[in-house]
Amino acid sequence: MGIGFPEAYGGVEADLFYGWVATEELCRAGSGGLMAGLLSHTIGAPPIANIGSDELKSRVLPGILSGEKISCLAITEPTGGSDVANLQTTARREGDHYIVNGAKTFITSGIRADYYTVAVRTGGEGIGGISLLLMEKDTPGFTKESIKKMGWWCSDTATLYFEDCKVPAHNLIGEENEGFMGIMLNFNSERVFLAGQALGLAKTCLHEATEWAKERQTFGKSLIHRQVIRHKLADMQMRILATEAFLEKTIWKVEEGLMPVTDVCLLKNQATQTLEFCAKEAVQILGGMGYSRGTKVERIYRETKVLSIGGGAEEIMKELAVKQMGL
Amino acid sequence: MHFTEEHEALRKSIEGFVAKEINPHTEAWERECIFPAHELFKKMGDQGFLGITRDPEYGGMGLDFTYAVVMAEALGKCLAGGVAMAIGVHTDMCTPALANFGSDELKRNYLAPSIAGDMVGCVGISESGGGSDVAALRTTAVHDGDDYIINGEKMWITNGTQADWMCMLANTSDGKPHQNKSLIIVPMDAKGIHVEKKLEKMGMCASDTALIHFDNVRVPRKNLIGEMEGLGFMQQMAQFQDERIWGAANAASGLREALNLTIQYCRDRKTFGQPLIDNQFIHFKIAELSSEVESLRSLVYRTVDLQIERNDPFDMEVVRLASMAKFIAGRLSREVLDWCVQFHGGMGYVTETQINRMFRDCRLVSIGGGADEIMLGVIAKLEGYLPGKKKDA
Repeated sequence: MGIGFPEAYGGVEADLFYGWVATEELCRAGSGGLMAGLLSHTIGAPPIANIGSDELKSRVLPGILSGEKISCLAITEPTGGSDVANLQTTARREGDHYIVNGAKTFITSGIRADYYTVAVRTGGEGIGGISLLLMEKDTPGFTKESIKKMGWWCSDTATLYFEDCKVPAHNLIGEENEGFMGIMLNFNSERVFLAGQALGLAKTCLHEATEWAKERQTFGKSLIHRQVIRHKLADMQMRILATEAFLEKTIWKVEEGLMPVTDVCLLKNQATQTLEFCAKEAVQILGGMGYSRGTKVERIYRETKVLSIGGGAEEIMKELAVKQMGL
Repeated sequence: MHFTEEHEALRKSIEGFVAKEINPHTEAWERECIFPAHELFKKMGDQGFLGITRDPEYGGMGLDFTYAVVMAEALGKCLAGGVAMAIGVHTDMCTPALANFGSDELKRNYLAPSIAGDMVGCVGISESGGGSDVAALRTTAVHDGDDYIINGEKMWITNGTQADWMCMLANTSDGKPHQNKSLIIVPMDAKGIHVEKKLEKMGMCASDTALIHFDNVRVPRKNLIGEMEGLGFMQQMAQFQDERIWGAANAASGLREALNLTIQYCRDRKTFGQPLIDNQFIHFKIAELSSEVESLRSLVYRTVDLQIERNDPFDMEVVRLASMAKFIAGRLSREVLDWCVQFHGGMGYVTETQINRMFRDCRLVSIGGGADEIMLGVIAKLEGYLPGKKKDA
């Protein structure tokens, strides 16, 4: 739970490679939802660790990193997902408190979290008016509604409603109106994490499809002896190896402090496209079993889209990348 | 293929039925993973929808297959793909062989009540050891006086927990795999039939799918379809043609619905100050997909025209085109729905949205009713470049 967080608050100081190793191992279970739910603090807590005050850090991080408290991130709103600069939830300062009004949606761990890292508008329009607030679960005026999804079933997802919610001013994460940078810093590591998850699940698909192809007999021989099947497995492996190389290089660049935004955006697309390809081929190789509940590839197939939509949709990644390329 | 006023009248009345009697129940049936087949089929039977192409002698309308295509297209308006599929199984997948090759008595006992909506049918080909590999199936039907004794199991049976009869493909002798099979009508209340389980699936949730076990099930030999044994494989190959054309027509219509939904969503949804549809990438992609759906529809119509012209269930050119239509329907379903979900963003990932259900339902097209790979094998064979049998690698 504590990988990548400061030791002083119960973390294990380690670089992104360790996080990736942990992700890849968890992927063997074939459940992206498990990772999303178990690790929602890896997007909820970094803003606290990166830009939060010492008081806030020592108050909430130890509980989160020991697994006693659940942390989540609330940015997306019903009217705009990937379009962060236009968020509408407001926080009005009144004495020692902020009064929060608005709604958030598609929030992972939104039902069961203890701490919500919420992006709010404290200032004017655009990116210069956004702050991050830590909201606690039992705040009066705060209600939630569960969302049923195609995949990621064991991870809860919610729409959150804030009606005149009073949040103590010392729960501000970082400085007022400077939340956008905290969000952006987070997006980079979130996207690297999502890419690692996509890659790990793609490997699981390849493994499951290979095992099935060895066992399954059709027209008198096992599937593994069919050229088209062998070629499918080769195509899967090719994409996996390319993604893995890209991921390693990007993590290295992030660790070197190079802020490789273009790389991160395109890595996310490369990895999720690899997963979509591998899941699609694995379902096809498993045939009816791939369509039936209870196989890993059926579950992973339903979990592909959340990765190419969540954490910045594929199309948004492309827009960001070309912008960074100076186009 | 030319649609007359009669075609359009039929389309309108089926679409009206779908809107009134099927779609309001979608959520409940999807949740329960089953729909009330007897209740729904009776209502459809009363309207005459279950025997459009069948002989009036048995209660059918006696129309040609273009009208079945109209029905398959109208059922593309079903919000739950599983319900459309279950109806298609009943009207065009388990009944063609019975209607084409069955005895008068067999048709009176099973076809007529199915057209009336008093009975529900299912088709039993796949087994857990072999789905698309029909020649490998192991279920046996052995003579015992005037009866067959049936042993084995059937897998992936649509309507399987509710059906009154099954059109079953079984081995009636030990001969060569393509010459030892027969189609037999099995009454599902016979002793020794156990529905082992209702299978849970990614999509098509409103339709029940079963694994069924047959343990010394006694069925009269007069339930054999056709006059002699050993023709089952060929009869089933012929029966598959209607199934595949129906499936392709239904898919093409469903894909059109999915695109319409997506266009509407992209008009309503605004990001970065403009509707999504104004992004060139999005309206170009939708136009591209729309073109492909239209070409699939054209292939379906051409196949149906030829099928009517040749009027021969074993015509290989029809088989070739039907296999291509089924293959393209599968591939295109995946491509179109993938983009539709992507353009719906987070909403596309929410289970209760229509586009999400279509995404999950559509994935079956490439797997059920003969997987894509089987279609490609058939096409390669008919075009003369499928290699012959070799020794195992």
